[in-house]
Amino acid sequence: MIESLPKLLNATLTTLKLLSLSLIFGLIIGLIFALMRLSKKKFINNFSYGFSYIFRGTPLLVQIFIIYFGLGQIEYLRSTFLWTILKEPYWCAIIAFSLNTGAYTSEILRSAFQTIKPGMIEAGKSLGISSKIIFYKIQIPIAIKQSLPAYGNEIILMLKGTSLASTVTLMDLTGVAKYIISTTFKPVEVFIVAGGIYLLLTFLVHNLIKFSEKKMRTN
Amino acid sequence: MELLYFGSKGWGDELFAAFLMTIAVSITAMLIGILFSIIFTPLKLSKNKIFNFIANFYTTVIRGVPELLVIYLFFFGGTGAVMFVASIFGYHEYIEINAFITGSFAIGIISGAYSTEVFRGAIQSIDRGQFEACKALGFKKYIYFFKVIIPQMLRLALPNLSNVWQITLKDTSLISVTGLVEIMRQSYIAAGSTRDPLFFYSFAALLYLILTFLSMKILNKLEKNYSRGF
Repeated sequence: MIESLPKLLNATLTTLKLLSLSLIFGLIIGLIFALMRLSKKKFINNFSYGFSYIFRGTPLLVQIFIIYFGLGQIEYLRSTFLWTILKEPYWCAIIAFSLNTGAYTSEILRSAFQTIKPGMIEAGKSLGISSKIIFYKIQIPIAIKQSLPAYGNEIILMLKGTSLASTVTLMDLTGVAKYIISTTFKPVEVFIVAGGIYLLLTFLVHNLIKFSEKKMRTN
Repeated sequence: MELLYFGSKGWGDELFAAFLMTIAVSITAMLIGILFSIIFTPLKLSKNKIFNFIANFYTTVIRGVPELLVIYLFFFGGTGAVMFVASIFGYHEYIEINAFITGSFAIGIISGAYSTEVFRGAIQSIDRGQFEACKALGFKKYIYFFKVIIPQMLRLALPNLSNVWQITLKDTSLISVTGLVEIMRQSYIAAGSTRDPLFFYSFAALLYLILTFLSMKILNKLEKNYSRGF
């Protein structure tokens, strides 16, 4: 049990790297698609809805497999610079995770934007504030505040989602745990250590979100 | 398209069987999950601290640990555990557990943790006044429970329960690592032998989309049915 700890802690770093990179990319993707959902143009609106519907309606595992195994099959892609990214399982996992969390984040942000009372924006307009400043100083802060609890859940879901990276040969926490289990045949012990690390991370994320929620409320 | 022909030429019949297998595993896992939540929800709501701790431990651990890790625990540890129990009764042969059973148990336990939370929330949001009204009217305890609490709880729990169903459905794709031939595993096999992964994994994604779309339609109808009078 104790011998496996250093290896598992090392793998935790990979998990955290995967998580933080996909969350950053996911947030950007989510914001773009959330704004597209709010647009009045039907085509843009439907495109964004379709994106989030497909990524929320299929398992993450399928998405990773399509990107890692599937895209390499397209001859054209192999000749472009994209191939240097797509042949690495690490980047494929990050692309899949980012798109997946981006779809969920876009839904969270969309509902947050929609809960903002139109009166607030109108008040800003009648004070002669430019729409750019209304967006950055009124809409964004309120949306962040509204979406924090849901986004915290999404971070935890994504933390668990990174375990799927082990299916495309990446040695993250779950991948190493599986390797140790299959070489030592001690599933319960390894599960306790690896599960404990995951629980600790979940606990940290949970408290971090709670803390920032509290801080936002006092402002 | 030839790849989807039924019979020995294409993968149509295999994929259809896998599609049915996914539905079967999902339903079994969901039922096991509801069974677990029937056990753990009362523990969670009880005033006894030990019961409370057990139920909280279950839901926190399962919801905080990746599904894949739980499946590996069951897949590698399940046989050992069953053989250990069997050896107590004096049976020492090797026992192989069916992948279907291990898989649906692993997913069922995960889905149970989510359903427990759903049921707990639903019961807690029922007004205390109802309980007092039933007492004042002299209802027996089981009538109060089955005729007053359960119908209201179902109405409140159903929207969230359909979320749990969607999660369970998508989680079944993870059982493919144990070798159970459901949609993911069948696509993996087909992609390996035809060297056409893009087509087969996209088709798998389409099958999952069909499943989530259909179940959403059915569950929405159920929700409407249960929320009559609101």
